[in-house]
Amino acid sequence: MPTLDLRELHNTEFPVPDEMQGNIAITSLSRIYNWSRRSSMWPLLFGLACCAIEMIATAAARYDLSRFGMEVMRASPRQSDLMIVSGTVTKKMVVPIVRLYNQMPEPKYVLAMGACASGGGPFKEGYNVVSGIDMYLPVDVYVPGCPPTPQALLHGLIALQKKIDGQSLANFDDVPWYGVGPSEPTPIPILGPDIIDPRQMDLIRQQAELAAAGKPYGVRDLPPTIKPEPAAAPKVPAKTAAPAAEPDDPEKAARLAKREAALARKRTAQGEQPTETPAPAAEPAAGDQAAPKKFDKEAMLAKIRERKAQKES
Amino acid sequence: MVDYPIVKTTDIKAAVDALKQKFPDAIQDDTRQGYGGIIVDKNHLVEVATALRDDFGFDYLSSATAVDYLGISDHMEMVYHAYRTAGGPALVFKAQTPRDKPEIPSLINVWPGADFQEREAWDLYGIKFPGHPNLKRILLWDGFDGHPMRKDWQEAYYEEDHKPFESRWPGGWVHRAEERNIYGKNVKYPADFDLSKLSDTSEESHYADLGLGVSVQKLADESHIKTDRLVVNMGPHHPSTHGVFRMIVTLNGETIEKLEPVMGYLHRNHEKIGERNTFLHNMPFTDRLDYLSSMGNNLGYALAVEQLLANGARYQPPTYRAECIRVLMVELTRIVNHLWAIGFLLNDLGAFFTPALYAIAEREKILDFFEATAGSRMMCNYMRFGGVFKDLPERIRGEATRVNDLVRDYDTMEFLTELINERLPRSIDELDQYLTDSEIIKSRTVGVGYLSPEMAIAYSAAGPLLRASGVPYDVRRADPYSIYPELDFDVAVRYNGDIYDRYLIRLDEMRESLRILKQILPRLERTRGEAIFAGNKQHTPRVPLGEAYGRVENPKGELGFYVVSAGDEKGPQNPWRYHVRAPSFISLTALGPMCIGHKVADVVAILGSIDIVLGETDR
Ligand code: SF4
Repeated sequence: MPTLDLRELHNTEFPVPDEMQGNIAITSLSRIYNWSRRSSMWPLLFGLACCAIEMIATAAARYDLSRFGMEVMRASPRQSDLMIVSGTVTKKMVVPIVRLYNQMPEPKYVLAMGACASGGGPFKEGYNVVSGIDMYLPVDVYVPGCPPTPQALLHGLIALQKKIDGQSLANFDDVPWYGVGPSEPTPIPILGPDIIDPRQMDLIRQQAELAAAGKPYGVRDLPPTIKPEPAAAPKVPAKTAAPAAEPDDPEKAARLAKREAALARKRTAQGEQPTETPAPAAEPAAGDQAAPKKFDKEAMLAKIRERKAQKES
Repeated sequence: MVDYPIVKTTDIKAAVDALKQKFPDAIQDDTRQGYGGIIVDKNHLVEVATALRDDFGFDYLSSATAVDYLGISDHMEMVYHAYRTAGGPALVFKAQTPRDKPEIPSLINVWPGADFQEREAWDLYGIKFPGHPNLKRILLWDGFDGHPMRKDWQEAYYEEDHKPFESRWPGGWVHRAEERNIYGKNVKYPADFDLSKLSDTSEESHYADLGLGVSVQKLADESHIKTDRLVVNMGPHHPSTHGVFRMIVTLNGETIEKLEPVMGYLHRNHEKIGERNTFLHNMPFTDRLDYLSSMGNNLGYALAVEQLLANGARYQPPTYRAECIRVLMVELTRIVNHLWAIGFLLNDLGAFFTPALYAIAEREKILDFFEATAGSRMMCNYMRFGGVFKDLPERIRGEATRVNDLVRDYDTMEFLTELINERLPRSIDELDQYLTDSEIIKSRTVGVGYLSPEMAIAYSAAGPLLRASGVPYDVRRADPYSIYPELDFDVAVRYNGDIYDRYLIRLDEMRESLRILKQILPRLERTRGEAIFAGNKQHTPRVPLGEAYGRVENPKGELGFYVVSAGDEKGPQNPWRYHVRAPSFISLTALGPMCIGHKVADVVAILGSIDIVLGETDR
């Protein structure tokens, strides 16, 4: 259990006298709010499938989830902040899951653990399997793996903590629960002939009309096929070309610029110096532009020495 | 009364002959290529089954499997595997029914263990079982459209009958069905689907026959106070249901009058996907059945397919070293599973998490070994048809965690020797010492959840559940496979049939497993460097036509795989039928009767003592 060090929270803009360091911190509301919240995330005690076993192993002695203030698994959704969707979401089960989510008090987060919860996983083709919980619930962190090792789950949880660190009380778009009034519950799916998402009602109605008129159900035009170019050497798959973002793509550049601006706004809203704020970790793309902060060993050592000296004095 | 000879022999053929004598026109041999057993005229099925049970000693119905032979012989078929609890191979008998109006008489009165399996066949195949008192859907919800395991039923993301799908291989460009359909989830509605009548009826049938609902007239009648039974829903989200399992419990005060298990919350269509996959494709899927003991599942499936392959020309049985490694893995798995089961049984009894932490700590040691060998902690995907996928490594290192390499770098054999000879016995003794004589545990478990041996057999209970009721039935001895015949171990058995004995028997079994493991170690040393695979590795073996039932004694009980290879003359690459006889699923049949008369707090403990895992129950 790490001891509480108020200096973590401290906003360096406001000087605190030396002798009070460690006793007083002046900081922004967002920051202290986020800090307290992310240090005591209580997950919902709730296992779906194989991944749940690894989740339990994560909570057990060897990996020890309690190091992050998350060991208090609550069996009641009303006492929990985080839903770890650990396993295959079936059509039959998604109904209770959405109910549980609606019962959780805000602020609430969802972590999709494993391939199944993220996108259907190995059982995606199944007639009773939902291709990922994000069809119904907003997911904050995806942890890949089948099952993710406990280390991976821990990493996901730390990513979630970082994401929380980046949230701001001033930004309603980002975090709906800071807005005014209660937020809307997620509509509960209906188990009819197949699962029916009430949000798709209009679409279903159109389809029903089509069917009544004796026409076939609507079929979307296929998106253009991504075929490897016949001229190119067949052994080079499209993979190598895909991930790197073309800098000369104007659309992408515009998007990046927009994101930068948004990030900057967020930082100022939090009253922090931009250099000190790590980019919100939940967005993997964000890492691409912000040059990764290098680990500066010298500075770290100096800091530690300083602290030691302070303690001794 | 009996006018035909009673056969008291383990010889299946003799039993079949005597049976034919008794029912001359009801029974035929199954003469299809690669098939065995007998075909029983469905009108005489119940009589034949009764005779099998009472006069021939086949008292244990292991599995009942539905198969759809659309396009081959256009009928549906129920395949039954019956055993004698005294040991010996299976008597396989089948009943056929036309596809358009499938009906087969229910065997629930002969073997109550057929209950859930027949419901499953109704749910997935639409076969009706006249005589079944509670024939409703079990894995899917009421109101679901169609019977999905039929060969002509197509799932939402249907692309082709068999993998590898053209769209993904060899081209690799993908158009999934969900991209094409304008529904996000590609929902298909039946032709007469009426939106105005849309309502969720999936829950109604559970409550229909409970006689619930408030009667307004009775309420208005104030002449007397009426007490009522109370219905409590436990699950699917419940801290102790071992996954997404649900029980509808009817209570009188605190006492249970009726308990109905509701499952299917983790029904992820294992078998449908399995029939689209190639034979080898299914191996990693078996990992996810009983996800605590993936190695055991691998072995069961490998045995089933090897049985089929053995009919072909170029089959070589697994090498001796491969068999040794298999047994090593499977017995370690048994220890993992029983540690987990005991830890979580204690959890269910209210010793929240402390015993489980001890159990998990030991489990991690074994998982380290699995990870070093198979590359994954839980989903090992380790066995192949004809051997195993990789030899034991020289040294144990963390594969996934480079950081841990420093603390996890041992010589494998040293690691195993230490684990098997010292560490595991010590920790089992530790559990024994702390738990066995505990006053609290005894008062919560002794005499609770009693299951008599007759009931256990009738309900097709398997594994520790069966043996704790005094039936010494263990597939490793009753119908041996791999190198078990040459190993020295006892079948653990306890006689009281309550939770306490089910706990004790798991300790016993772990000790027996250690005994086996100690005999495996020198064998591993001796065979070091020998081949782990017989013949050439084939990625898509052409499996000869026929049927096979491979069964192993998994930690949770008898795990069986019924695999049919049919269709393609050259030998298909995909199983025509791939059915899992899941011990958790079938053992749950006994849960209701076991709980009646106990307090509601005991339900959780009784369930914990069966030790189910949902991946296998719902498949
Ligand atoms: S991702 Fe893999 S391990 Fe996790 S629930 Fe799905 S199949 Fe099981």
